[in-house]
Amino acid sequence: MQYMLMIYGDEAAQTAMAEAERGQMYAAYNAYTAALRAANAYVGGNPLQGASTAATVRVKDGKTKVQNGPYAESREQLGGYYIIEAKDLDAALAWAAKCPGAAHGAMEVRAVVPM
Amino acid sequence: MTLGDQRAFETAQHVAQTSYSKLVAYIAKHTRDVALAEDMLSEAFAAALRDWPKKGIPDKPEAWLLAVAKRKFIDGQRRKKGFEAGVSHLKMLAQELDEMISQEKLIPDERLALMFACAHPALDESVRSPLILQTILGLSAEQIASAFLVAPSTMGQRLARAKAKIKLAGIPFRVPEAEDLAERLDDVLDAVYAAFSAAWIDPASSTGALADEAIWLGRLISQLMPDAAEALGLTALMLFLHARSDARQGGKGEFVPLSDQETSCWDVAMIEEAESLLRRAQTLGVLGRYQLEAAIQSAHAARRSSFVTDWPAIALLYDVLFGQFGSPVIAVNRAVAHGEAENAARGLALLPEPGEFPVLNQFQPYWAARAHLLAGVGQTRDASEAYELAIGLSSDRAQRDFLLQKRAGLRSNVTFLRPNLRPAAQT
Repeated sequence: MQYMLMIYGDEAAQTAMAEAERGQMYAAYNAYTAALRAANAYVGGNPLQGASTAATVRVKDGKTKVQNGPYAESREQLGGYYIIEAKDLDAALAWAAKCPGAAHGAMEVRAVVPM
Repeated sequence: MTLGDQRAFETAQHVAQTSYSKLVAYIAKHTRDVALAEDMLSEAFAAALRDWPKKGIPDKPEAWLLAVAKRKFIDGQRRKKGFEAGVSHLKMLAQELDEMISQEKLIPDERLALMFACAHPALDESVRSPLILQTILGLSAEQIASAFLVAPSTMGQRLARAKAKIKLAGIPFRVPEAEDLAERLDDVLDAVYAAFSAAWIDPASSTGALADEAIWLGRLISQLMPDAAEALGLTALMLFLHARSDARQGGKGEFVPLSDQETSCWDVAMIEEAESLLRRAQTLGVLGRYQLEAAIQSAHAARRSSFVTDWPAIALLYDVLFGQFGSPVIAVNRAVAHGEAENAARGLALLPEPGEFPVLNQFQPYWAARAHLLAGVGQTRDASEAYELAIGLSSDRAQRDFLLQKRAGLRSNVTFLRPNLRPAAQT
């Protein structure tokens, strides 16, 4: 099965990180991605630009309405994602727990519907 | 129904449940679809519950169930259009099981795997216990709903949603890896204990049968995981408590607190089974909550031969339990134990204050314990108020009458307090 691991974190805290700390976090993500690849579990994934760069679109009565900002305002925002291959939810949860994002914020794990 | 009929029915029921749950677990594991596995076997299971008590248990119960399931479910599905593909898959699975049975091979027992799926932390906690009761014991949503005080339709929806989640989220059917095992086993045991508690709280209701079912599950887990100390501890705990269930009511249906119970009314066989399970658990060298709770009940059961309750030992066990697994409910029981071991003032000092833990506000045994301890130190007015709350929160009539009587005793004779009566928390 494929699962999407969504990385939620506090952007303000990440912006406030010292340079050395941020370097360490990037290194940890690189190592994590490498581990996923080595296990043939990596399907895809990217970090996202900050939530302040987001825009939300709705079409209502034929009119497109664009709103500044993310879909849901909250302290912890979606900051990146991975798509992984895992045999079941427990295997996906085990990968999510190893992601550096799990220690900084929270990981949401969702099964991908095969199309 | 005579007692003999009742026995025959229960034996047939348990054999049917065993075969049914093994087949459901095997099919669910291979299709990842609990609802489908249940659908396949539900009519056959109902037929077994109807036929076996009368006609006797078949030599090969699993083969019997499978044959009926194939006739009723698979053939029924085939008549509907568009089910061919799915049905051929099921046919193959049924064939595979048939061959195993005819070659006298054991069907792999996947019931533990199924229980771990049902008690998975990704599922809402409130649905885990009902899900195990349904998949392993074949109980209907109606039977389960009343024990958990929800409407049958609500329970049906919750169970259906949970089964859909198991399938769609890919919740695995297997015993977890060693690193997660202890924690995940706790989830399974908690779910079983929740079923037992649902029956225990309301002894008069028809859901009392759930206590037997929960014990059956406990024995099953203990048998499938003989080295899991906490599984043995939980089974022992339930047996100790259940051994006293007849003694909880007097001849007129009145509530009898633990310390006033005739020990001759306790079920000796159950107590002995519990003692032996607990002893085995303790040799495994892993201390846990259920073993401690069982040890406390073992100390209560010892009154059978010693004629006095060793309250200091019980208070000490509660101290350990509270130190390691502290919860507001444990704090209440610990306070009561110290109230007996030392005096009411000491108990009151250890009892959480009203409002300290919101979970205790509606917890009947807390107010009963508080009333009892307040009465013990002579604070009659506060005691009366606490009794009032305990009475208002009682769901069992016998217990309510008992507390009403105790409150009346406070009023009529303030100085004459019966120190031998215990609050509900200790029954």
